[in-house]
Amino acid sequence: MIDRLDKELTFSRTALGLRGYQQELLASNIANADTPNYKARDIDFKSALQNAMSGKGDGSVTMNTTSSRHLQGDGATPYGATLKYRTEYQSNVDGNTVNMDIERTAFAENSIQMEALLTFVRGQFSDLRNAMSAT
Amino acid sequence: MSLNNVFGIASSALTAQSARLNTTASNLANADSVAGADGQPYRAKQVVFKAMPVTEQGGIGVRVTQVVDSAAPLRLVYDPKSPAANEQGYVSMPNVNVVEEMVNMISASRAYQNNVEVMNTAKTLMQKTLAIGQ
Repeated sequence: MIDRLDKELTFSRTALGLRGYQQELLASNIANADTPNYKARDIDFKSALQNAMSGKGDGSVTMNTTSSRHLQGDGATPYGATLKYRTEYQSNVDGNTVNMDIERTAFAENSIQMEALLTFVRGQFSDLRNAMSAT
Repeated sequence: MSLNNVFGIASSALTAQSARLNTTASNLANADSVAGADGQPYRAKQVVFKAMPVTEQGGIGVRVTQVVDSAAPLRLVYDPKSPAANEQGYVSMPNVNVVEEMVNMISASRAYQNNVEVMNTAKTLMQKTLAIGQ
């Protein structure tokens, strides 16, 4: 019974987690808009969610480290999402690839998608509550 | 929780951009300072930004690693009456480029606004997340 409840919410939970992670990446891009040699990064949400839902993400390879300052490698991303670099439209002399228009658009879109997800989750909860309280 | 990290990233950018605004203010204020604390003409200061990982998962903030003096040549002004003039009658003035500083100021304040917006959005999303079960 309880595992059914869990299954009901797994998709929303994974999607919300990935959206939160993408929000973090976009915030990094916006924060580093003026940092020389910074390369803008993002994840492909669709494939990341598919991988996470099919369980591929859990088999991510992490590197053995003996110090907290060692590199983690890309396998350490949440849900095993693959970090990708953005292709740039106009190159900058300082090697920075952040295009503020793209980042702001992506950030706004991501926020809306996250709000939509939150609305769905709220609906799921009220459905469950209705089902439980029905006499 | 990833949304928590957004605050750290955006606040590191706010700190860095306000440091940049600070140097711009100091450069503009000293655009005509013939002698600084060391007796030499004031030299324009520039901040150096560096990307700094704040989480292990790829969240990257920004940090001011150092403040460097501009390498531009000092401005020479012909003013033989000035006590700071050299034998030829020229006074070395600070190498502050006022136009550059104004552009820098606008860029820094826009970047600051961007990051404040990021923070506000993260805050709204966070509040909505907290209200899920209600």
